[in-house]
Amino acid sequence: MATGVAAWLPFARAAAIGWMPVANCPMPIAPRDNTKRQDELIILNVSGRRFQTWRTTLDRYPDTLLGSSEKDFFYNEDTKEYFFDRDPDAFRSILNFYRTGKLHYPRHECISAYDEELTFFGIIPEIIGDCCYEEYKDRKRENLERLQDDQEETKDMKLPNMSFRETMWRAFENPHTSTMALVFYYVTGFFIAISVITNVVETVPCGSTFNQKDMPCGERYTVAFFCIDTACVMIFTVEYLLRLFAAPSRYRFMRSVMSIIDVVAILPYYIGLVMTNNEDVSGAFVTLRVFRVFRIFKFSRHSQGLRILGYTLKSCASELGFLLFSLTMAIIIFATVMFYAEKGSSSSKFTSIPASFWYTIVTMTTLGYGDMVPKTIAGKIFGSICSLSGVLVIALPVPVIVSNFSRIYHQNQRADKRRAQKKARMARIRIAKSGSANAFLQSKRNGLLSELLELTGKDEEDQKSVSLLESQHHHLLHCLEKTTAHEFVDEQMYEQNFLETALQTFPSHSPSTASHDSPAVTCCSRKERRNTPLPSAGLPPSHPSSAHQSALHELSAIRIHCGDPLSHSTSRSNLNVKPDDSSRINSKSGRITTAIISLPSPPALSSDGDGLHGPLQRRSHPPSIQTTASSAGINIVKVSAL
Amino acid sequence: MGIQDMELLAIGVVVILFMAVLKQFGILEPISSFEDSSDSDLELSTVRHQPEGLDQLQAQTKFTRKELQSLYRGFKNECPSGLVDEETFKSIYSQFFPQGDASTYAHFLFNAFDLDRNGSIRFEDFVIGLSVLLRGSVTEKLNWAFNLYDINKDGYITKEEMLAIMKSIYDMMGRYTYPCVRDEAPSEHVDKFFQKMDRNRDGVVTIEEFIETCQKDENIMNSMQLFENVI
Repeated sequence: MATGVAAWLPFARAAAIGWMPVANCPMPIAPRDNTKRQDELIILNVSGRRFQTWRTTLDRYPDTLLGSSEKDFFYNEDTKEYFFDRDPDAFRSILNFYRTGKLHYPRHECISAYDEELTFFGIIPEIIGDCCYEEYKDRKRENLERLQDDQEETKDMKLPNMSFRETMWRAFENPHTSTMALVFYYVTGFFIAISVITNVVETVPCGSTFNQKDMPCGERYTVAFFCIDTACVMIFTVEYLLRLFAAPSRYRFMRSVMSIIDVVAILPYYIGLVMTNNEDVSGAFVTLRVFRVFRIFKFSRHSQGLRILGYTLKSCASELGFLLFSLTMAIIIFATVMFYAEKGSSSSKFTSIPASFWYTIVTMTTLGYGDMVPKTIAGKIFGSICSLSGVLVIALPVPVIVSNFSRIYHQNQRADKRRAQKKARMARIRIAKSGSANAFLQSKRNGLLSELLELTGKDEEDQKSVSLLESQHHHLLHCLEKTTAHEFVDEQMYEQNFLETALQTFPSHSPSTASHDSPAVTCCSRKERRNTPLPSAGLPPSHPSSAHQSALHELSAIRIHCGDPLSHSTSRSNLNVKPDDSSRINSKSGRITTAIISLPSPPALSSDGDGLHGPLQRRSHPPSIQTTASSAGINIVKVSAL
Repeated sequence: MGIQDMELLAIGVVVILFMAVLKQFGILEPISSFEDSSDSDLELSTVRHQPEGLDQLQAQTKFTRKELQSLYRGFKNECPSGLVDEETFKSIYSQFFPQGDASTYAHFLFNAFDLDRNGSIRFEDFVIGLSVLLRGSVTEKLNWAFNLYDINKDGYITKEEMLAIMKSIYDMMGRYTYPCVRDEAPSEHVDKFFQKMDRNRDGVVTIEEFIETCQKDENIMNSMQLFENVI
């Protein structure tokens, strides 16, 4: 029952008195309304804007926040009003829902913000009134598409454990992911072009030979064209088979449009091979060669514009159908009329109604070849009506198709734009995030520094004042460290430790953090160009950070760049004075071929890199630091490039 | 060369088709509907009604001022124009009985409320009717019920009228009842009713017979008090 008519319930109950005299048995007792109170005004304070309404208005919808006792949580005793810290503009439409029973969607509102408000106040969006429902659904769909587009971006990222087949499929679908795929992409594109050009040139007359004049090139240089054709078909076959092998769902792949085009493109050749000797079907064989032109559709894998066009045509199928139907109707009508109008005139070309179809089509599309022309006056009158109406009928569905195309095209452009913007966005977000992680580490060092200074009796230098929020957050992270008996480190130290432990355990397999296909060590070159640790070796070598990648077990070159964080605390500089100095020098010179890795003394070494790092960092007593430094000094190992 | 008959026919067909197509596209419409458009403009303004003043209503009914205010707010909210027409009334009333068909009974109810029989209920009719039902004396209520049953308002309830009312009440029950509503149920109920009410067995029930019988029936008396505190 729509609660909007709850106001009429008293009336309906009162009208039930009409049944009383007719009833034969006593009526049940009516429920008592003990909570009856006078209708009072309720003040709703939404971020400072005060809304007032009757209590009964809100009580109409008892399963929402405002209609139930849930709003008591927001009651402010001092001011005797309900305070909500939400958007007052959006609240307007929500309150109007209680008043009028219809929920409207304000068009200037962002769809997700509005959805959040509705969820907060416990109103389901499905009850949006008909007037606004379409707009709401459209906006929601757009938003979903945008989210889906963003999700599709993640498809590009390579998952760590992809089988060879999956890699191949991914290479086929997104050519820009690896060099091999790009090469393949261009090669196939080239051969498609070659094939199409060959088909075209084949039919051009090439000049006369001694026994026949003006043969088409195809017959003159049969062997050459046959070779080119063979080469192209071989490439296409190989490509098709590779795609078939790599496809995740072969059945679905075989049913897809592109694969059908592929098959149709290469089939004539094979059929031709089989049937060359049979003279009877050579006619059919010639017809089959027509299908070779379908190879040009293979370009749609290479061109996004073509795909958009195809998609547009598919989505405008109903408009196209309407166009076709109305044209057919008009053609039949006018052809009939023209036939009967021209029947009287002698030597008229309008021999039958189907023959008049040609005239009608040519006239309606305003081609006007002039091979069939009406001669009678009636014929000329109807001919002119025909051409005028032709313009009308054709012009009508075209804007619909155009607008569809433009919508899809803009959508695509939007996706591209978002992709481009996303990189910059993600980079900025990453920097912000790493800023907060570093803040914790920095505060730890500052804490170390202050402890150090306390021990040495010096005055504390002015520490950067940390806000209460920050200090609480850091305390939380500290608690976590204590709980797990592990510590947070920054990337550099982690990689350093990783290197150390990896070198230590080199005979055995490197630690589990390496990906299983190629354990790679990423050294951070610059702080900004840090990737997620250990990206795969599958990235093309042109990738900037890959210049610093190398397989650990190859030991070709290991470079350590130590960047900025040196300046943070003296304790660290104590630690790393020797290796850092040398590597700093080396880094300034560019490529490093030798590396200096400090191996700590074996007792301090544990299999866990972090644990190793622990004693290095947490020990605040100078003696132990120096011990480690000295031990680091003792065990400097020089690893030379091979 | 003259135009022959077939061609005349063809010409005629094509011209008719052409005009049909143009009409479809709305180009010919202004010519054909030129006369109609002017009439429709006059009907655009909706009829509105303002009720009498609060004081008069207070005098006419037994509601307090606050109750009248509350009632009017609810009424105006549902019917902003101030008038309830029969269709709106039917749809509102049907919402309370989702299983059955309440439209026939709503029609009778509408006629019972619409005192001046002008096809729409104003707020005064609404409130006066409610006042009788909720705050009136038993006799007034019985009068109201009689008025409801007497469809043609001639002062007598005939068997046909009662049958119509009874059928409409049973219609509100819908199909899914236990036990199933048989087709004879309304007429049997009517017979029982007439047996009780019709003293002089003349086939009609007058207001006096009705009130007399009801006052003697304890069940009816009790149930009349049932909805006292609805508002």
